[in-house]
Amino acid sequence: MEFTEDQLQRYSRHIILPEVGGKGQKKMLQAKVFIVGAGGLGCPAGYYLAAAGVGTIGMIDNDTVELSNLQRQIAHNTNRLGMHKVDSAKETFEALNPDVRVVGIKDRITKDNIINLIQDYDIVVDGSDNFPTRYLVNDACVLLRKPLVSGAILRFEGQVTTILPGDGHCYRCLFEEMPPPGLVPSCQEAGVLGAITGVVGALQATEVLKLILGKGYVLKNTLLIYDALTTTFRRVKVQRNPDCPVCGERPTITELQDYDAAYCRI
Amino acid sequence: MEGIKVDKRINIKGLVCPYTFVKSKLAIEDMDVGEVLEILLDSEEASRNIPKSMEDHGHKVLRVDKISDKDWIIVVRKEKE
Repeated sequence: MEFTEDQLQRYSRHIILPEVGGKGQKKMLQAKVFIVGAGGLGCPAGYYLAAAGVGTIGMIDNDTVELSNLQRQIAHNTNRLGMHKVDSAKETFEALNPDVRVVGIKDRITKDNIINLIQDYDIVVDGSDNFPTRYLVNDACVLLRKPLVSGAILRFEGQVTTILPGDGHCYRCLFEEMPPPGLVPSCQEAGVLGAITGVVGALQATEVLKLILGKGYVLKNTLLIYDALTTTFRRVKVQRNPDCPVCGERPTITELQDYDAAYCRI
Repeated sequence: MEGIKVDKRINIKGLVCPYTFVKSKLAIEDMDVGEVLEILLDSEEASRNIPKSMEDHGHKVLRVDKISDKDWIIVVRKEKE
């Protein structure tokens, strides 16, 4: 493909980077990224991926836009209250960049639909807000050997890690089992400073773009922890666990399980 | 360009930074290592910036010539992918 004049202008600040160039920009335009959740993390991650010209963005979310979302979920706005989040995000991202096609799925992600949903995408971004989904997405990506950029936020803290199945750690190497529901903060306890979702979502988008470009070092075997109150980033080394139940040498999880649990949705 | 075999020529007169470099970079990306690109331009700023950026990207600037009141020719050899 040849760039149009509009594309030359839109992507000029990418093209002039030695690590990107015309070739890297074309990789982005041809890339397909699937985002789980159109909320606090999915909005900024998807926003920057759309701006970068990632050609196909899949997004799944079953929720509609509520006023309480707008303190952090920047793809939505006050005129879109009640609208499905994936429809709202599609409007925002496609208006930002007509090179991008957003495929919105108004559903919950489950063990029965996840494989079909993600198998045609190159990279998965987890911006989900609950543990059952987080483990489901991890296990599905490991089984499909699909790169996964996982993010999480709570209060003033964020976490990001990049899972390259077969090459580095997975989420279960970090935390083998889901925490019991009682240990997870209840809805009343679980506030979040809106701006930190932007920090974490933008870090996730950056990891995705580096994977597409094949440049730099991603957060493989590493958990990045951001503390907004002290403005510190901490890198924690993670070992791949040879006894990991899903990515280890003798996995006990060889098909997707029922991950439903009555967690309070943060 | 006496003594230098040019493999591709582009005319980017009328363009300003950063599009002068965007066009030059895209042109050299499509060439093979060792091939020579000749760029005709009329931006004084770009006549200074393009050679610097090409060197930063690892290519070899063979000449920068002011050929008239307004026009420059830059000749670059592609040194790496």
